Amino acid sequence: MIHSLFLVNATGDIFLEKHWKSVVSRSVCDYFFEAQERATEPENIPPVIPTPHHYLISVLRHRIYFVAVIQSEVPPLFVIEFLHRVVDTFQDYFGVCTEAAIKDNVVVVYELLEEMLDNGFPLATESNILKELIKPPTILRTVVNTITGSTNVGEQLPTGQLSVVPWRRTGVKYTNNEAYFDVVEEIDAIIDKSGSTITAEIQGVIDACVKLTGMPDLTLSFMNPRLLDDVSFHPCVRFKRWEAERILSFIPPDGNFRLLSYHVSSQNLVAIPVYVKHNITFREGSSQGRFDLTLGPKQTMGKAVESVLVSSQLPRGVLNTSLNPSQGTYTFDPVTKLLSWDVGKINPQKLPSLKGTMSLQAGASKPDENPTINIQFKIQQLAISGLKVNRLDMYGEKYKPFKGIKYMTKAGKFQVRT
Amino acid sequence: MSANSLAYSEQSGAEAAVELGQETTPTSSAGGAAFGLFSTDFKKNEDLKEMLESTKESLKLEAMKRVVGLIARGKNASELFPAVVKNVASKNIELKKLVYVYLVRYAEEQQDLALLSISTFQRALKDPNQLIRASALRVLSSIRVPIIVPIMMLAIKEAATDLSPYVRKTAAHAIQKLYSLDPDQKEHLVEVIEKLLKDKSTLVAGSVVMAFEEVCPERIDLIHKNYRKLCNLLMDVEEWGQVVIINMLTRYARTQFVSPWRQDGVFEENSEKAFYDSDEEKKEGAAQTKPYVMDPDHRLLLRNTKPLLQSRNTAVVMSVAQLYWHLAPKHEVSVVTKSLVRLLRSHREVQYVVLQNIATMSIQRKGMFEPFMKSFYVRSTDATHIKTLKLEILTNLANEANISTILREFQTYVKSQDKAFAAATIQAIGRCATNISEITDACLNGLVLLLSNRDETVVAESVVVIKKLLQTQPSQHSDIIKHMAKLRVPVPMARASILWLIGEYCEHVPRIAPDVLRKMAKTFTSEEDIVKLQTVNLAAKLYLTNSKQTKLLTQYILNLGKYDQNYDIRDRTRFIRQLIVPNEKSGALSKYARRILLAPKPAPVLQSAFKDRDRFQLGTLSHTLNSKATGYLELSDWPDVAPDQSVRNVEVVEAVRINTRSDCYYRRDEDHSEEKRLCSHSYLVFCSRSDEGQKNGRLEKSGSGSGSASASSEESSSAESSSESGSDSDSGTDQKRNTKPKPIKKVRDVIHVVHCFCLSRLFPVQVSSPVFVPVRPHELLHRMTGKGLAAQYHFPRQPCIYGDHMVSVQLTFNNHGDHALEDIHISEKTSTGQSIHCFRPIGESGSAAVLGRTCSKTERFSVSIQPAVGELLLPVTMTEQDFSREQGKLVGMNESSATITMAPETVSSQPVSKKVVSVANVGVVPSGQDNVHRFAAKLVSSGTLVLVCVVQKDSSAQLTVNTERTVVGSMLLRELQTALSSAP
Repeated sequence: MIHSLFLVNATGDIFLEKHWKSVVSRSVCDYFFEAQERATEPENIPPVIPTPHHYLISVLRHRIYFVAVIQSEVPPLFVIEFLHRVVDTFQDYFGVCTEAAIKDNVVVVYELLEEMLDNGFPLATESNILKELIKPPTILRTVVNTITGSTNVGEQLPTGQLSVVPWRRTGVKYTNNEAYFDVVEEIDAIIDKSGSTITAEIQGVIDACVKLTGMPDLTLSFMNPRLLDDVSFHPCVRFKRWEAERILSFIPPDGNFRLLSYHVSSQNLVAIPVYVKHNITFREGSSQGRFDLTLGPKQTMGKAVESVLVSSQLPRGVLNTSLNPSQGTYTFDPVTKLLSWDVGKINPQKLPSLKGTMSLQAGASKPDENPTINIQFKIQQLAISGLKVNRLDMYGEKYKPFKGIKYMTKAGKFQVRT
Repeated sequence: MSANSLAYSEQSGAEAAVELGQETTPTSSAGGAAFGLFSTDFKKNEDLKEMLESTKESLKLEAMKRVVGLIARGKNASELFPAVVKNVASKNIELKKLVYVYLVRYAEEQQDLALLSISTFQRALKDPNQLIRASALRVLSSIRVPIIVPIMMLAIKEAATDLSPYVRKTAAHAIQKLYSLDPDQKEHLVEVIEKLLKDKSTLVAGSVVMAFEEVCPERIDLIHKNYRKLCNLLMDVEEWGQVVIINMLTRYARTQFVSPWRQDGVFEENSEKAFYDSDEEKKEGAAQTKPYVMDPDHRLLLRNTKPLLQSRNTAVVMSVAQLYWHLAPKHEVSVVTKSLVRLLRSHREVQYVVLQNIATMSIQRKGMFEPFMKSFYVRSTDATHIKTLKLEILTNLANEANISTILREFQTYVKSQDKAFAAATIQAIGRCATNISEITDACLNGLVLLLSNRDETVVAESVVVIKKLLQTQPSQHSDIIKHMAKLRVPVPMARASILWLIGEYCEHVPRIAPDVLRKMAKTFTSEEDIVKLQTVNLAAKLYLTNSKQTKLLTQYILNLGKYDQNYDIRDRTRFIRQLIVPNEKSGALSKYARRILLAPKPAPVLQSAFKDRDRFQLGTLSHTLNSKATGYLELSDWPDVAPDQSVRNVEVVEAVRINTRSDCYYRRDEDHSEEKRLCSHSYLVFCSRSDEGQKNGRLEKSGSGSGSASASSEESSSAESSSESGSDSDSGTDQKRNTKPKPIKKVRDVIHVVHCFCLSRLFPVQVSSPVFVPVRPHELLHRMTGKGLAAQYHFPRQPCIYGDHMVSVQLTFNNHGDHALEDIHISEKTSTGQSIHCFRPIGESGSAAVLGRTCSKTERFSVSIQPAVGELLLPVTMTEQDFSREQGKLVGMNESSATITMAPETVSSQPVSKKVVSVANVGVVPSGQDNVHRFAAKLVSSGTLVLVCVVQKDSSAQLTVNTERTVVGSMLLRELQTALSSAP
């Protein structure tokens, strides 16, 4: 399936290559570079590029292109999904997935890739099996290794691959047993000029951090499971139980994992927690434009809207801006024309605003579209859909774990058209 | 010496790097940088060989790490091969692994030296530890050295029969490697694949199907016997294996089942009802009205893949979606919509592929995605190719009802700063306008407004689209043509389009056309080629229609064209001149000039770019590229007649139980019910305990243990449509099918079912064994009604082994038909107003009928079990004194009596007790008097005493029943009365 993998950085250097079958010359990447040149933006490179003898399937993450070389028919999503899984694993191991991190840990990277694919077919992609085989590098371990000459490779053999629950290793031990669940919901919305909602939907995930001894069997139930319209599970969740009783029953992986992602049914009206008053005008013939933006909270269920960040891609004709924020800081990059305003917390008594003028290229005609405004925000302790976890029970182990649930609402792709 | 040779090799490596840098032009500078970087490496790497040959582990490890670093950067380190390969037997695991990495990378180049390592692996293949065996096979098979093919073959054959599923999985991987190394081994490898396909382990399934796809995808016959097993294991296979298996099964199903799409018309009519309601009703109806019945195996595949739509792996979701698209009846395909839309939240690359597939689907099935239209609205942050795909889908979804919303959305897009996208939007508007005639005018007006846009590409695209639109209805739009004639568009394509329009419809704009030609004549020399061609064209058309005004102009333009630099234009000019200007040489064609040039042209059909993509299987690389990729396997058309179904039947298989036990995570919670079913092969046990009545009752009745209201309805539908009942992942049913001997035609197979009704509370009185009475079977289902299936029930009067609060009922099924009947089970309780919930009252009052339903292959029947009140008793023994004492307590209300006339034959005592006992399960109390017969029993449900006394007087008898339960008493009395008074 996957023949080879090339890692290419933003400047077009191939800084790592790995072959699972016979060696494919790295000149195959030339086709990728051609496509890269043709594309105006890095995002516009087509994910699938045909070449005379191979097919290149690439993903771009953290400014690194992961280019997989394929020789024959294979579902493209299979490869794409796998490449993303590779990136996730790197992130899991090194904290960040940057060129520097990969170069520093090239041996671990190589060992990982070796375990993840056999003859181009995924073998072990569960992070907990991999961690059993190859210990993630930590500062302490690096120091110890250099002194004692010991290694990162686990002495164990991949017993996890034989298990019925391949995502959990055996013999897990903690002194403090705890299970934390974060319910994070994101609002995707498009708001039109007049402030009315064109489309809005809520997507949510439950991320868990479970540190429990032994083989606990957990059940998690909701107060209002009917809210969940479409769900996708971590493989550990027993699907039948959910179908029958709307209860999540699972033997959790050890550590961090995403238990569930869900979509809240579109019948429910979505509460939009912020509103934007805007007045952005460009006058014909004048080299000045007016920019006036005010943010305010609405439908926040009494919670504060925090970490607000407004960004907007201004038209190409804008040379510079002179704006005055009532709070927070703003930056404007004259090259990329990206305006971003770090607002912070919205105080309902004193609404944050950003006012001022934009200077336009003299003589240029007025831009025909007003910029779109992207907003990011966070609301703590609130799941905007109203989803509530009812209870969490543990079976199979004797001790009493510490349990915690946190709710958060964030802006997803939240756009305001002006 | 060694250092020298090393240095030399590094040098050559460096040269290679430089060459590479030059080859890859965009990175030539990068290549240079690599060289610089490399030269520092070069000095350091001299010591590598020494380090590798040292005795210190840490030094060796350090060296290997650097070597792997070199490999990772694509540098040549092959010269170190002899030094590295020595360490293959190292004790240090990390060192060993790194050596493996090196070995696999360079073995192909250094074949002779690589052979040195083989014996190490051969030894490891015999290791008692399965993981060591597996890893040895893995590395051995990765070494691409043709000489060792026989060794590999041997190793694979051995590993394929290994006890450890992990080793067998590795063997499946090795098959592919060996095949790519030496395709001549195919025959032997197919044998191994065949063997491994029979494997029941979930670990092996994915890998062996992958090997099957790679080595012998044409050997579809190997799948038959394993089809059902693969379907049932699917849920528990790891996600990557799921993708491969689903794709393979899609191809398989297309060759083995008949199309479920043929009679779609019938489905449409009752689709509203049939869609969410239980499928069974529809099925029954369908079976009667038309011959198509979905093959149970086909249904099995659809049912078992559906839960995988909830997978977190996007590739799995996509493969299930394509399976439904290619295999499911049309009305069922829409179950995949939601999941596909969910994938749009994922990474950009995933979005790209999913949107492409949705685009293809939305052409054929608008309805599927229409409710999710808003999910395809474009955001300014999307990448351009995502935007275009979304636009494509929105256009496909447009219909009369939603077009205004879509157009409003398009208006925003037209103003986008991304001009390529804006242009695509204009094309999309054009497509909507041609497809939906109501809005053509509105769209045209909108497009005309865009003509004053400042951006060239937008204007050009508008002109082109307007041109296409006008072609559909030119007569009404002369003002638009006039407006366009006045435009000064700099984009050549747009100018050419305007000229063509004016030429084509010059009769609608008789005044303006010659003027335009005049202007064009002025600027002819400086125009682009395409504009020149259209100018010549316009001139010719005007010459034919309005030669008075334009004759000279045309001559002038033709002259200019004659000396143009471009030979296309010169050719065209010469051709046009011969065609339209009459002279003595002009041939027959000039007569037809008008008909040639001014022929009515059909309006162009604006259609989706995804129109022809459906020739490829969805979700494949070929579909994404819209061209056939290497190794693409065509999806065959449905066969007209289904091939023999029985090829998929499996003989009794032993080991199923152990396997499903060990690797079925998702089924664990159902084990308890499974166990019971397994322990008795021919006895299906249904128990419902009164304390937790509802839950348990449901579990067993639904036949799959996982039950709930929703699940059981699903199951009942599945039961009649397929021979395997059992819900999605249930292996229990699988086993049941397997362990039951396959009924051959006309063979009567008898299955007993013990049905225990729940009753309660222990009674202190000694329970005696029942008096033997001949079995009195009751008809439950007549064979005529049951279409070959007959069912009888009787009360065996055995103490129930599943609880002493229950009464045993024995059901006997007889197959009088000539079809094999499978998986007969009681699907659910739908008694008249009584659910399982009300079970206890039934037992106590003994008055109710229990209604159940028996399902057979494609049928279900309502049946009812009428528990005679006498069967709800348990015989007890007591002395005569006790009897009288108890009877003394139960007087008044609790006593019911009657006088009966007895048939003369029954006067003697023997028949009396026989008769009583045959009606009611009571124990005989020894009696001192000949004419007094006493019987005692207790109600199984509550333990209440029931005393029966018959006092004979000549031909008449006094019958007394004493019990606290007056209802039971009176009913029992009535039954005894009829029994005793009748002739034996």
